[in-house]
Formats: sequence, structure tokens, C-alpha cells
Amino acid sequence: MIHFVLLISRQGKVRLTKWYSPYTQKERSKVIRELSGVILSRAPKLCNFVEWRGHKVVYKRYASLYFCMCIDDEDNELEVLEMIHHFVEILDRYFGSVCELDLIFNFHKAYYILDELLIAGELQESSKKTVARLIAAQDSLVESAKEEASSLSNIIAQATK
Amino acid sequence: MGSQGGFGQSKEFLDLIKSIGEARSKAEEDRIVIREIETLKRRISEPDIPKRKMKEYIIRLLYVEMLGHDASFGYIHAVKMTHDDNLPSKRTGYLAVTLFLNDDHDLIILIVNTIQKDLKSDNYLVVCAALNAVCRLINDETIPAVLPLVVDLLSHSKEAVRKKAVMALHSFHRKSPSSVSHLISNFRKRLCDNDPGVMGATLCPLFDLVNADPTPYKDLVVSFVSILKQVAEHRLPKSYDYHQMPAPFVQIKLLKILALLGSGDKLASEHMYTVIGDVIRKGDSSSNIGNAILYESIRCVSSIYPNAKLLEAAADVIAKFLKSDSHNLKYMGIDALGRLIKLSPLIAEQHQLAVIDCLEDPDDTLKRKTFELLYKMTKSSNVEVIVDRMIDYMISISDDHYKTYIASRCVELAEQFAPSNHWFIQTMNKVFEHAGDLVNIKVAHNLMRLIAEGFGEDDDTTYSQLRSSAVESYLRIIGEPKLPSVFLQVICWVLGEYGTADGKHSASYITGKLCDMAEAYSNDETVKAYAITALTKIYSFEIAAGRKVDMLSECQSLVEELLASHSTDLQQRAYELQSVIGLDARAVEAILPHDASCEDIEVDKNISFLNDYVQKAIERGAMPYISENERSGMVNMSNFSSQDQQESGQHGLRFEAYEVPKPPVPSKVTPVSLSSVTDLVPVSESLYARETHHITSVGVASDTGSSGLKLKLDGVQKKWGKPTYSSPASSSNSTSQNPVNGVTKVDVATTVNSKVRDSYDSRKQQNEIDPEKQKLAASLFGGSTKPERRTSASSKVSKASAGAADRPQDSKAAIVPNKTSGEKTNQQPPPQDLLDLGEPTVTVAPPTVDPFQQLEGLLDASISSTVSPSVGAVSNAPDIMSLYTGSTSSEQRGAGGYIPVTGDNLNLLSELSSAAAVRGTTGETNAAPLSLSVKGANAKDSLEKDAKVRQMGVTPTSQNPNLFRDLLG
Repeated sequence: MIHFVLLISRQGKVRLTKWYSPYTQKERSKVIRELSGVILSRAPKLCNFVEWRGHKVVYKRYASLYFCMCIDDEDNELEVLEMIHHFVEILDRYFGSVCELDLIFNFHKAYYILDELLIAGELQESSKKTVARLIAAQDSLVESAKEEASSLSNIIAQATK
Repeated sequence: MGSQGGFGQSKEFLDLIKSIGEARSKAEEDRIVIREIETLKRRISEPDIPKRKMKEYIIRLLYVEMLGHDASFGYIHAVKMTHDDNLPSKRTGYLAVTLFLNDDHDLIILIVNTIQKDLKSDNYLVVCAALNAVCRLINDETIPAVLPLVVDLLSHSKEAVRKKAVMALHSFHRKSPSSVSHLISNFRKRLCDNDPGVMGATLCPLFDLVNADPTPYKDLVVSFVSILKQVAEHRLPKSYDYHQMPAPFVQIKLLKILALLGSGDKLASEHMYTVIGDVIRKGDSSSNIGNAILYESIRCVSSIYPNAKLLEAAADVIAKFLKSDSHNLKYMGIDALGRLIKLSPLIAEQHQLAVIDCLEDPDDTLKRKTFELLYKMTKSSNVEVIVDRMIDYMISISDDHYKTYIASRCVELAEQFAPSNHWFIQTMNKVFEHAGDLVNIKVAHNLMRLIAEGFGEDDDTTYSQLRSSAVESYLRIIGEPKLPSVFLQVICWVLGEYGTADGKHSASYITGKLCDMAEAYSNDETVKAYAITALTKIYSFEIAAGRKVDMLSECQSLVEELLASHSTDLQQRAYELQSVIGLDARAVEAILPHDASCEDIEVDKNISFLNDYVQKAIERGAMPYISENERSGMVNMSNFSSQDQQESGQHGLRFEAYEVPKPPVPSKVTPVSLSSVTDLVPVSESLYARETHHITSVGVASDTGSSGLKLKLDGVQKKWGKPTYSSPASSSNSTSQNPVNGVTKVDVATTVNSKVRDSYDSRKQQNEIDPEKQKLAASLFGGSTKPERRTSASSKVSKASAGAADRPQDSKAAIVPNKTSGEKTNQQPPPQDLLDLGEPTVTVAPPTVDPFQQLEGLLDASISSTVSPSVGAVSNAPDIMSLYTGSTSSEQRGAGGYIPVTGDNLNLLSELSSAAAVRGTTGETNAAPLSLSVKGANAKDSLEKDAKVRQMGVTPTSQNPNLFRDLLG
């Protein structure tokens, strides 16, 4: 089971956190502080895994962003590493060559995507296409609910893109 | 495609994010966030906020909370937002509550109602949003409120809803297994869902259920196997491919389930062999995900009933992992090796240098994993090297969590395999010295008990040697600053009991040391209590021996100080000391006899010696005793007694006698050649584990309930000290060891040869191997070649290496036999021997017919019999349909579920996946022109984004160009 997902930048700034096991706000800050200390200081060629308080943390760096997932001791680290990559590929597809800035300004969208990928700490969907379809369906509803003012021009812009 | 960037937020929000992005310190960031919290508090409670604004406020709250600040003032607004009829608002509301609240929060009760309503909605997106919240927020108390609704959704027409409903039930199962125990048939049904996504999701709860108890699911083995087979044969839609592997996440989940189902079950395992073999064969070791599958296969192979061919295949994969340059793969290789080593102890040999490289790697993660492996392969021949290494590492780290862990490992290994008493005490001293506060107090008690009782020998001189070596070492250590309390207690006790026993040290010397210590650790009452008792003992031994006692002045002042101590315990001990000193030799000897810590104290529970006194008192008219239960209104007496017990638990030693060791239950291994073996054979790790397991399960020592730290004296006795070889009297152990001997005896020839072959190879490959490493390798791994005394084809070799094993440190001796036998490699035993030996409990007859073919035949037959009556039709359509639709539904329904979907989207899909594939293979370089055409030029993209940001009036200064860098680029 995945206990939490963390996205931290190389400067140690938090970009996204998702907790699947109960942690209090205090514990959360402690976890983030400890882990960013451990992970950011690791040399590039070492394992992508860190043993941490009886759990394992799998992390991977993309550009200046670290994606971390904390898993049980019995889980398959390589698989989780690929889950991270899977998530990044979906983000990439959604934002169109995703960069850190996208996630900074649209963190709530990243949450929606994560919710379609993982649920209750387990991988619920392994098809990129299915995830993309669901997100698109939700987005189209959001779009249609937006105020009239920008609607026409927006639609045209979307269509021509 | 999703909305491109689309910053729908207000300038205010963008400014906030930007200013936080540019904050130079945590303090500055905190200041900004606190200001933001103030603003939000004010704004959010204003009346009539437009929905859009409100949504943004909630997202800003999320942001604040994400940065680690408290946004609880806004939770209620998030809850309110879930009530909204407008879907985008509702969705935001649900997102916020799932991020804000844990499942025990008070506000949950306000959401349950909304969730109930939303689960019944006819818009499937609303249902999905509600199900997301269900997974996170519903706790075991509120499960009944939504359970029927969720169960209904299992047959919803949208696969996304079915999938989430399954996951919701899974989360219920995790929180309260009993709540969904009646729904297991639903999971079975969903396993045959048309949609592979739903099927894949169903594997999650099934994995948990099987993990809890595999027996009710044995009938599913065939289904799981055929699903895995079809997945591996690429029968799922292309969209489930990941880096050209067919649905790898599903495969891994299936392998996990099969591992559980096949564990210790020969029949079930036989169904799996073919498909696991296929999976390993198809495994692509060039991609990460392929390796993930291979690793999971190894885990599966090591868990199910062993199969020689699969073990061999697994060993090959491990070799590949260990030889890889990637740290990740090495890590996985070490882990896999640790799993397989239980089944075939020999495979570690060929990887010894790789293992040692990992042990010396600067990467902590890898190092720890390697210690884990070493722990699994420890035996009496290599325990010294391994424990020494562990202790060195333990000293070097500062992480308390891991330090505790590795300290307990050291203790455990030392207790099980200690080659000599002296070594054992030295090792324990080191552990205590460096991690004393982290180890269980029981370990200290065990150590004291061991020193008091010796290790089961009757020889008095060894006894006293042991004790005086302990005393010597403690007198040396005592001067070190800052020793842990537990260790000091041990030191006090040992010095008190045995400090003056051998006459080397005078009483005043020892008492002086003890007083210094009590002074140095004056705020540790337990240590002081131990010290004062030790003083009492030493003085009374002196008195008993007829010597005159001169109390040192510092002792005197210590006693005086303690006489006035606030602790009644310390006071009592001090008074006892005073009064004991005043007595004559005979009385003192009766009170504190020398070296009597191991003697039993008979407690007269009825206090019968007081009978006369009581009788007299009653005759004189005293009230007779009324038992506790009969008295009412009295203070609960049991309080006192329990306090007493605690007290003795803290300070005292155990005094009860050991039970006579019972013979362990005869293990499953069929004993081979009971009488012929007289050599002492190092017990291989797995067998040892089994042996001790039996012993503990019989229930020996008084502290059976305690954790793994206890000392298994009964099983261990024979291992410590000088082994008595063929004593027929040593009843218990010899029975369980004999099969061991029998087995390892057969091992001999192959052990030697395989080792020879491998080390020969490796020498050819890299001529210059650090002699240090070779030495280490010899001492770590050389031990397993010990039992060669049997004359075989390569008798010279075996003799030589047996000699080497006797002196494990001597690297030359360990290497020489390899050389001599290098010329003899042609004399190899038939290879199936090796497999035979891999798992001692199995006796695999050399197969005359290919078992896989047979299996395949069996499997096909069983599938077609279970699947459907329309076997004929299966031949032209892929039989995955028949599987998913189950035996009841027809071919067409299945086809309707799958094929058209893939057909329709085939072009688009293949395009997409090829693009993804290209990116996947090019990895981080991003040089492929194809990806450019699909994704658009990166530079252009980020420029556009930049322009958009500028348009919004927010200009992230380009001090951090990384923000614009493509994550995948």
C-alpha cells in the first residue's frame, strides 16, 4: 500500500502532498522535513529507494522535481518506481510536456489526476487512456459551467489548438 | 487533451503562488502564508460569495495546508461546498475534504448524508467524485451507511464507477474486515468483469483477502493462472501496455496473489509453474518495468512449492540483477537472493564478490539490504565476521530507528551462533556500549543470567574464567564516559557478584569503582540501586570470608546520601547494607551466600513458618485473618501485589529453574543416515530456523511471550562451548540435527564443484580482485564448504577446503583448493543433484517427460472445462472473452466488451503508444524527433507558457529556469 505521495522541488519546496494513511498535520510536516532532508541529499547514482521508519520511500527526480512515494516493506520497489513514471507520463499528456510550473499553478488538477490513478493507496487504473478520458470528461463539465463571457472565444481557441 | 495550462485563477492567487515561489527562506514563506491565512479568514466568512470565488478560496486553503499550515477554519466551507449542486464546485469540495480530513474527523458526519445522495446520482461523474471521498473518509462506524449503495454500484453501467466501487469496498475491508466479509462473492464476480480496468482493480481487494486466509480462494488459482497467461500473451487492449509490456501492473498483482496461494501448496503450485516460467522467459530485462515483473516472479518462485527449473531461472535473473550497474537492480538482486537463499543456500556462493561490493557500497540503502541478506545466511562459521561488520555499521550511523533494529539483529545472531563465551560477552558489551538505550532490557537480563550460569558446561574452571574475563572487561569499560543505563546495570551486577571472586581485585578497588560510578550517574536511580546492592554483596562476601571490612570514605558518604534518599527503594537498600555489615560472618553467609544467584529460592506461599506465631496471637485474643475477598471497603490489595511484581520485573533477576529441554517435534525432513554421521556440521540457516522454531513452539523458557529477543538457551546449549560430538545422551538436539547432517552430507560434492566453477570463472573475468575482499568473501561464504569430509571424486579438494573452513580467516587456504580443483572441473556430478539439494525437503525425481508439457495439457483441459461449453468457438476468438464473461455468458458479449473498443481506437492508440514508447526508450535524452512532433517543441511550449504567465501579470522571474523545464525532458 502507498502511504503517501510527495512532490518536492530541489529547493525542498512542497509541490503536492497526498496522504493515504492518517497523519496529523504535525506528523505531516515532520515527515516532509525528514524526507526532504534524506532524499535531496542523496547522490544521483544511488538507489531510488530509501528505508525509512520501517517503510520504504521510492523517489525519482524529474528535472528539478522529486516524486516520492512511501510504501510498505513488502511492496515491489521497481513497480512503484514505474507507477511514478506512469503518473508523470499522464501529467505530461494532460499538460502537454509538463513542467514544474504547470504543477505549481495547477496543483489541484494534478490532484484530480492522481485521484484517478491511485485510490486508497492502491493503483486503480493502469491504462493511461482511461485516466485521460475520465479527466477530460470532468474537465468538459467544468468548462461548460464557466461563465459565458469567455465561452465562445475559448471554444474556438480550444478547437484550433 | 487537457486544457493547456489554463490559469483560471485570479491574479491575487497567482501573485500568492509567485511570491511563495520567490521566497528565499522558510521564514519568509511562513510570513506570506500567515498573511494569506488572515486574508482568507476574513474573506471566506463574508456573505454571498459567488461560487467561483468560493471555489478559489477553497483551493487557496488547500495550498496553505499543503505548505504545512493549519487551515482548519475553512474545513466547514469545504464541507458546505460538497453540498453544492453544481458539479465543478462539488468536485472541488470533495477534493478539499479528502485532502483536509482524516476519517476520524468530526465533520465527516456532515458529509455522509451528501455522499449518500451523490452515490445515487444519475451523473456518473458525481458518483465517481463521491466514491473518491468514500475511500478516504468513511470509517468503520459509517460504513453501514453507505455500504448497500456502494454494493449496488458494483453493477453500474460505467466501468469507472464499478472500478471505484470495488476500490471503496477494498478500503472498507481494510478498515473493518468483518463489514464486507459477506460480499466476497461480489469480488469474484468482478474478477470476470468485461473491463480489464475493473478486473485489475479487483485484484487489490482479492490480494488482501488471500493474504488474510488463502484457503477459501484455492479454487481461483486456475482463473488467476489463465488471466496471467492471457495478459502475458498480450491479449489485453493495447492501452494497457506500458513501455511495450502487456499490462505489467496487473501481472505483478497476479504474481503476488499466486505467491500467496501457492505457498506450501504443491497442487496449487503445479498449476502455476508453466505460466510463471513463461513470464520469466518473456521478461524484458532491459526496461525497468520488465525487471519489476522479473523480480516479482522471483518472489513468487521463492514463495510457492519449489520447482527446480523455476529456481534455476530465478537464479539466472538474480545473477543478471547483481551484475548490473544500476544500484536499483543490485538492490533488488540482493533482496531476491535473500529470498531464494532459503531454498537453495548454494546460490549465494557464486555472487559472493557482488555481495561484498554491495556491502562496501557508499549507498546506505544498498548496505542495509545487504546486511539483511547476511543476517539470513549467518551460521556459526561466519557469525563473527558478520556481527563485527554489523556492529561497525551500527556505530557509524545516527538513525535511532535503524540502530535499534540492527542492534537487535546483532543480539539475536550472537545468541544463536556464538562460537565462544568470550566472544559472546565481548560482542554484547559492544552492543550495549553503543546502543544500550535502544536494546530490550531482557537482553541485559539474559546476559547476566548467562554469566551467572555459564553456558551449560559443568567445568568449574571455564566458569570462573568466563566470569573473570567478564569482570576484567567491565573494569576496563567502566571508565568510559556516558555509558547507557542498561549496560551500567549489567556491570554493577557482575562486579557485585563476581568482582572479588577470583581474588585478583581487592574489595576496596571494586567498591571504589562502584562508588565512582554511582556518583557519575547520580541522577539514574536504577543504576544507583544496582550499585548499592553490589556494594552490599561485596562487603558481605568479605565478611563471610572472615576479612575485616574497611568501608571507603566515599562509600560511606554514598550510603549516607542514600539513607536520606527520596526513593524508598534506594533507602531500603542502603539500610540493608548498613545492617548486613553489622552482622557476624555466619549470619551474613546465610543472608547472602556466595555465588548463589542461580540457586532456586523456594517461596513458601502459605507462610507456614508463621503458623505458630499466628496461633499464639489468636490464643491471646487477636482477630483471625480475613481473606481479601471477604473484606469489603478495603483498599484494593491487589494494587500492592502488582506493584511488587513490577518492582521485581525491573530490578530482579529471574530465579525460576529452567524446564528440562524437551525434544523438538520431529521435523518434516525424513531423517537420512542417522548413525553414520559423526561430524559436527554447521547448520544451514534455513534448517536452523526451522529447528529453533520447533523448539519455541514446544514452549520452553518462561518468557515465551516475549519478542524475538529472548535467549533460546535450550536450543543453543549445544552450539556454545566445546561441541560434544557423538554423545548419545544429548537426546533433544541430535534428533533434529541428524537430518541436517544427512542432507548437508549429500551436498558436499556439488558444493565444492559449483564453488570451484564459479570462482574460477570470476577469476578469469577480473584478475585483480582486492585480496581484502577475497578474504572477506572467504570468511563469509567459505563456511558453507565446511562439511566436506566425505570422500568424493574430488577428495583432495574437499579435504583442503574443509581445512580452510576450520580457519575461516585464513584466506589463502580458502583459495588454494579452488586452484587445485580448477584443473578438475571435468569431474562434475550430474546436474540434477544440485537441484535435489537446493531444497532438502523435496526429492525431485529426475523427470523423464517434460513436466511443463504435461502441465500444459492439464491446464488446457481444466480451462476449457471450467470456462464454457462453447469450446469450439474459443478457437477462433481469443479465449480471454470466455474468461471474463464467465461460463454463463456467450462469446458475443465478451467480444462486445473488448474487441470493438480496441478496433475503434486502434489507430489513435497505436500512434499514442508508439509515441510514448519512443519517449520511453529514449529515456531522458529527449532527442527523438518523433516526440517533438507529438508534443510540440519544448522551447516553444515553455515560451508560450511564459507569455501566458506574463499576460496574467505575473512574471516569475527567470531566476529559476528549472520551473520551465520539461519534467520528462
